[in-house]
Amino acid sequence: MTTWQKARTARDARIDAGAKVAKGKIVETGDVTRLLEAVIRPGDRVCLEGDNQKQADLLSAALLAVDISKVNNLHMVQSGVVLPEHLDLFDRGVAKKLDYAYSGPQSARIATMLFGGKIELGAIHTYLELFARYFIDLTPHVALIAAVSADRDGNLYTGPNTEDTPTVVEATSFKDGIVIAQVNEIVDKLPRVDIPGDRVHFVVKSDKPFFVEPLFTRDPAAITEGQILTAMMAIKGIYAPYGVRRLNHGIGFSTAAIELLLPTFGEKLGLRGKIASQFALNPHPALIPAIESGWVEQIHSFGSEVGMDDYIRARSDVYFTGPDGSLRSNRAFCQVAGLYACDMFIGSTLQIDLKGNSSTITTSRIAGFGGAPNMGSDPRGRRHPSEPWLQAGREADPDSTPALRRGRKLVVQIGETFGEKNVPLFVEKLDAIALAEKLKLDLAPVMIYGDDITHIITEEGIANLLLCRDAREREQAIRGVAGYTDVGRGRDKQFVQSLRERGVIRRPEDLGIDPLDADRSLLAARSIKDLVRWSGGLYAPPSKFRNW
Amino acid sequence: MSVAHVDRQLPGETRAASSWYEASARERVRLLLDAGSFQEFIGPEARETSPHLRVFDLPEQFDDGIIVGCGKLDGSPVFVAAQEGRFMGGAFGEVHGAKLTGLLRAARDVKSAPVLLLLDTGGVRLQEANAGELAIAEIMRAVIEARSAGVKVIGLIGGRSGCYGGGGLIAGCCSALVVSEQGRIAVSGPEVIETNRGVEEFDSRDRALVWRTMGGKSRWLIGGADAFADDTVGDFRKAALKLLSSTADFGLDTLKAEQSRLEERLQSFGECPDALDIWRTEGVSDPRSIPALPADQFIALGDKIRRTSRDAR
Amino acid sequence: MEDLTFRHTTLKRASGLKPTAIIGVVASGNLEVLVERVMPDAECLLEIRTAAEGFGDVWEAVVADFVERYSPGGLKFSINDGGARPDTVSLRLAQAARLMQEDDR
Repeated sequence: MTTWQKARTARDARIDAGAKVAKGKIVETGDVTRLLEAVIRPGDRVCLEGDNQKQADLLSAALLAVDISKVNNLHMVQSGVVLPEHLDLFDRGVAKKLDYAYSGPQSARIATMLFGGKIELGAIHTYLELFARYFIDLTPHVALIAAVSADRDGNLYTGPNTEDTPTVVEATSFKDGIVIAQVNEIVDKLPRVDIPGDRVHFVVKSDKPFFVEPLFTRDPAAITEGQILTAMMAIKGIYAPYGVRRLNHGIGFSTAAIELLLPTFGEKLGLRGKIASQFALNPHPALIPAIESGWVEQIHSFGSEVGMDDYIRARSDVYFTGPDGSLRSNRAFCQVAGLYACDMFIGSTLQIDLKGNSSTITTSRIAGFGGAPNMGSDPRGRRHPSEPWLQAGREADPDSTPALRRGRKLVVQIGETFGEKNVPLFVEKLDAIALAEKLKLDLAPVMIYGDDITHIITEEGIANLLLCRDAREREQAIRGVAGYTDVGRGRDKQFVQSLRERGVIRRPEDLGIDPLDADRSLLAARSIKDLVRWSGGLYAPPSKFRNW
Repeated sequence: MSVAHVDRQLPGETRAASSWYEASARERVRLLLDAGSFQEFIGPEARETSPHLRVFDLPEQFDDGIIVGCGKLDGSPVFVAAQEGRFMGGAFGEVHGAKLTGLLRAARDVKSAPVLLLLDTGGVRLQEANAGELAIAEIMRAVIEARSAGVKVIGLIGGRSGCYGGGGLIAGCCSALVVSEQGRIAVSGPEVIETNRGVEEFDSRDRALVWRTMGGKSRWLIGGADAFADDTVGDFRKAALKLLSSTADFGLDTLKAEQSRLEERLQSFGECPDALDIWRTEGVSDPRSIPALPADQFIALGDKIRRTSRDAR
Repeated sequence: MEDLTFRHTTLKRASGLKPTAIIGVVASGNLEVLVERVMPDAECLLEIRTAAEGFGDVWEAVVADFVERYSPGGLKFSINDGGARPDTVSLRLAQAARLMQEDDR
């Protein structure tokens, strides 16, 4: 007779094996490695919750300590490769194969290990792709997750940094997998239930709170005049003419400058209520002045930010909060929101080529994609109209039948022509291509494809690629804002001038902006302390950002 | 002839409301003094640059990171010196030091005009170590000579580089100090303490700890500075004017009073492991609230509990 | 350190009466520009000491664009550069030229 419940039987066997080191669902800290040895089988697909921000650090350490005769050759399927332990697993032979999305702090080491053959790479994904594959062909057998607190039934409160947890648990638990949670504390009554207890099989209390890095705090003190200039151009040259209200911001200093110019420069232009009112965005401290000045109606967040809890709680009209009052973030939903419900993405990158392809990969660093390609791409499945989307579609294809014309999402790259250490932003060939050759990848890791990009902003001006009609125009439009880089100096000056006359390229003076007015006094906040003041003392920045 | 600098009304900001911390040394001098009154000595066009930096293949600055000259404050003549905290951390080198020594000696000889020292320094320039150390000694002597001749020397501290190393020693010689929250005054900096005594003794990356130990608020509360200014040029100007009119003359009695002030301070706070304990001992009921207090509320609180000793310093 | 000198003829004399001006500081990624009105009316001179070696052609391009745009006849620009990016250099040069246009106080 055919058996149709093999996986369920196997899961029950794993739970029984694990139950021997547990009291109910609760496992003592000292017994975690034994628990993992009991429930994980060689070759299992394991999601070791490494999100963009929160990390199941206790469970990573415990997994690293397993007896490798019992647990080995695991296939790690996790969005973030962030902690050193995540890669130590491969050095020790606990894990063998990796599918992931983002590796910020480990980007140099992961490159070395990929070159050295220490890691068998599945693919580098965007968040949404990896989440999607959790439900199709990369479903975890075991998920090791992090939450703020649990009750004795295994109900979990994930708090402001809910992030990836609901997605990981959904895929694992409903497909006969095992879910093990580390929590900061075990309580009688949770503030709210983020994950129902019947999806959680074991809970372990960690001696210290899970690790969260303040990734989205940009100190206004470090914003330069060049960044202020590009931010002024973005507001006056893109936000205003398209009337962009629904958008996502990258996490660099240029977009922080935009956030800090809304209540000053933006206000003077009379744009409040007309632009930048709904965001798919983490709780950026730099947005506090705009929120306090009445610019922002609503923000949905991928994750949270260290120090923003009390502020978010007090501004529930703006943020998504639970019945307990604290932020509820959700990376999967927010990525979908950024992809389908936003009319613009604006962010920075490290390299842009002559076709507009951009990448944050260099030959010695493989940072992965995270969510930027989801934000920074034109969703072909979008069907609802909005004025910015329709206008961009008109510019790209003025002659087609309006009722049949797709709109376009505005995908804007903003940056200075030279980055850190005078490294040029514009290149003839992306380092990503050299990397793909070296690793024999089928695809070069391109963050945003040139055909998705609509605008490039540098201190030299704005290139509107929607208005370019062929490859030559596109290339010269890019060269025309590439400043004094080799790419920029390689421009055809007359051609670029003709593009400027057509409005394909717009210089600061074409927008009525004097570069000499780009001054730090335009920033609504010039220090972290200013942000604290704007928040009425509700924002509590981490000590490393303080100068008081 | 004076050298010009960016002079325009900043949007939403008056001269007096300009941030001291954000301003360059030249902007501070220009905005602090009566409009158009500043005259620079040995300005950048004289190109009196460091003779040492070239040897290390390092860039020079035409004024060697310090501006010296004279001008008027509320109609009365003053000498003024301002360090640029962004050029080599405002550090003292041979030329930099000599310009300041010369200014102080001029003040000593002229006798009738006080000196404003806009300190913004990490200490002695490593590349000019011996010359820099000598400069510190000469400046300290010149400060004391000027004060002995009846000249008041007021230090103004609120810049990016704080006031560290030899700068801290010079600050200790001044007739009086104005400090803002951003200002820090110490001889050994956070990293130096951590390197020598370990991270358990002092974690230099814990910036809240750095500020409550060396920052302007703490220094003013325990008498290490005489006036507290909000981070605006206007507030620094007001505080400087007030100190110029209230600071006592200098003599042996001043030094004796200063000695007993310091002895008393050591006695009261010597056992305190953290600034929070010092503030509590000083009578602050909620010391944790101090760092977040706005300047006006902080000054009101400080005025109630600070022990002032106008005859010391 | 690298020394660079650029001499250009200009279409017209820089406006204003100010004899000298200074802007910027020497720091990482920043520079100072000292301007003096000491050249013949149809000439300008730029003397640069830079910490970033090997960028002579970029400087040449930045300076040429600046001269074309502002026609700073009669001015000598002395620059100490801590390795500023070209856009910062352009900004400081423009700021310096604007300062020279102000009336002398």
